Amino acid sequence: MKLTYGIPAALAALVVLACAPLFVGPYWLGLLIGLAGYVTLASAWALFSGRTGYVSLATVAFFGIGAYTVAVLSEAMPYPVVLLVAAGIGLGVALLVGLATLRLEGVYFVVFSFGLAELVRQLVTWYETSINGTLGRYIFLDFGPEHIYWQLLALAVVTLLLTWWIGRSRLGLALKVIADDETVASHIGINIAWTKITLFAVSAVIMTLVGAIQSPRWTYVEPAIVFNPTVSFMTLIMALFGGAGRLWGPALGAIPLFLLFEWLSANFPDHYSILLGLLFIIIVFLLPRGVVGLFDDRFGTRRAEVQPAASGEGAGK
Amino acid sequence: MMTATRRHALRYFGASAIVFATAAPFAATAQDRTSVKIGYAISKTGGNAGGAGITTLPNYQLWIKDVNDAGGLELPDGTRLPIEVIEYDDRSSAEEVVRSIERLATQDEVDFMLPPWGTGFNLAVAPLFDRFGYPQLAVSAVTDKAPEFVKRWDKSFWLLGGGHDYTDALAKVLSTASSEGTINSKVAMISVADGFGIDLVTAARPAMKDAGIEVVYDVTYPAGTTDFTSILNDAAASGADSFVAFSYPPETFALTQQAQIANFNPKVLYLGVGTGFPMYGANNGANAEGIMSLGGIDYSNEENMAYRKRHEELTGQAPDLWGSVITYSSLQMLQEAIKRRGLDRDAVSDELSNGTFQTASGEIKLEDNQLRTLWLTGQWQDGEYVAVAPADREGAKAPKLPKAAWQGQ
Repeated sequence: MKLTYGIPAALAALVVLACAPLFVGPYWLGLLIGLAGYVTLASAWALFSGRTGYVSLATVAFFGIGAYTVAVLSEAMPYPVVLLVAAGIGLGVALLVGLATLRLEGVYFVVFSFGLAELVRQLVTWYETSINGTLGRYIFLDFGPEHIYWQLLALAVVTLLLTWWIGRSRLGLALKVIADDETVASHIGINIAWTKITLFAVSAVIMTLVGAIQSPRWTYVEPAIVFNPTVSFMTLIMALFGGAGRLWGPALGAIPLFLLFEWLSANFPDHYSILLGLLFIIIVFLLPRGVVGLFDDRFGTRRAEVQPAASGEGAGK
Repeated sequence: MMTATRRHALRYFGASAIVFATAAPFAATAQDRTSVKIGYAISKTGGNAGGAGITTLPNYQLWIKDVNDAGGLELPDGTRLPIEVIEYDDRSSAEEVVRSIERLATQDEVDFMLPPWGTGFNLAVAPLFDRFGYPQLAVSAVTDKAPEFVKRWDKSFWLLGGGHDYTDALAKVLSTASSEGTINSKVAMISVADGFGIDLVTAARPAMKDAGIEVVYDVTYPAGTTDFTSILNDAAASGADSFVAFSYPPETFALTQQAQIANFNPKVLYLGVGTGFPMYGANNGANAEGIMSLGGIDYSNEENMAYRKRHEELTGQAPDLWGSVITYSSLQMLQEAIKRRGLDRDAVSDELSNGTFQTASGEIKLEDNQLRTLWLTGQWQDGEYVAVAPADREGAKAPKLPKAAWQGQ
């Protein structure tokens, strides 16, 4: 175990990242916010999907719930309480949805999760227009971009720690068995449903918080803005690119892809969507286990404890 | 036109280790200037591309061409500098538009930025324009909160009015016609369940009440609705002489067709966005006659007519009859303010606030950073979409009511 070097190195990197807003200009700070956001989203996505094989496109449903909660409550109560409420709502929705749907398998779950995002968006639209008589909402929170960045960074750290811890807990062990063979898992007394729901809820709460923390950057929020399905797809492709089954995989996927997207959109604004589509195809076909997996295959660094990977071939084998 | 070839800002992505080197910005001095950099992020793809491609982008392109054909932007000392454009596609994503603006301001270090399309996106970028000290001439943003925003961001300018302006004008048209006995005092209203429709119908309810018009039918429909048969039947049965739809273009076109099929002939027919598209008049021919909506133009304004001709020559399509000319006028204001005060952004903002400008839509003097002389209601009359309200503004035509019945096809 190289943990002896790993921990000080990670701490040093964290200190550098935390101090970054003091040195970099606003543009790079904007980039760092995007990076921290997607690293967190991809890690949270992989926490559930990478370990259970359920490919979820519901990321933006929770992300949007978080953003909307801040928009609705930011003037009514102090900010930390707003975040707590947002997390609570995300948790509630995740439990409800999890109980109802985690029996679905494979492509049915993918379709359902995509539909969930649209359902939430239409519900919010309906509520706002019919009950409230408005649609857009304003967020006037006195935050600089550096505050948003620090919050996201902290959340990213928590997410990674949580992933690490779950990997070592009874829950993580149960997951490995479930991913290998659900029948065996149920026979040795693992509560499959509960395990999946717990993980789904944890992942959803993190996504909700990312949306909540990032929303003050937009000033104005309406359903079409915060429930943008691109967020779900970007998250998924980043996690897959890095390797969804590993601790650092999603982060290693999110960072280069995010920078690549940024570079493409700055230099090829008119061809961005085509290039993005090509990239998706390439990743799914050539890197089904992500760059981390590729690295393992090449150099044989893969540890004996095999982790399941939610690969591009679809979910729920 | 010099299209952006210098998107060099991100060249050193490969070596992102030198992140810290970018902290020190360096500005070009006036002597070694060869151009004025103007940047914008616009929705070229995604859900907003339709609106941006009609009201905003063609006007940016036309203005840049007009300026560069004339030798460039004139500065106070009489010299001219060509415009160098840096254009990004925000892909209709709020996060993307925010980052594009940050990139324009801090990496590309543009001299001026043009705003994105849409109310939401203009609000999303307003804090950034303010923080980086750029004036924001927001055109495609209809908001009643403009006075509040001006207090918050003193370099923001709001040029298309708020929902109340349009609905108050409409209510006045209706109450005048009703007091003359042309129509009864009842109105049936429908609205699209999206930003625009909700804002307008929320403003219309009290406006109608104050004007003594009774709302007898008030329904909201989801964006993308294609079948209005039952809505039109209910509206016809409501006994109202006036039918108002705060609709988006696809529904505006659908409503026009379906009202003819249903032989629904309200004495006042007022539809939403799309009515002011030149295509609408062309497609509906004689049946467009008498239909009302937001906006309108003064056909006797020669500047505006010359602008319309140039627009059609460059882009192959005529500009819409509501926001387009305001977009172009806002750019003329910017151009003139630079001519008077130079490239100093504070001075230009000050000039925009206080100066008087000759533009394609007539003389403009902002009040509290807002354009208050707007055409609020238009009507198709003899193949032209003329402005009918406010009635006391020079160039306004009298509304022709009641609208004639549909002609058979």
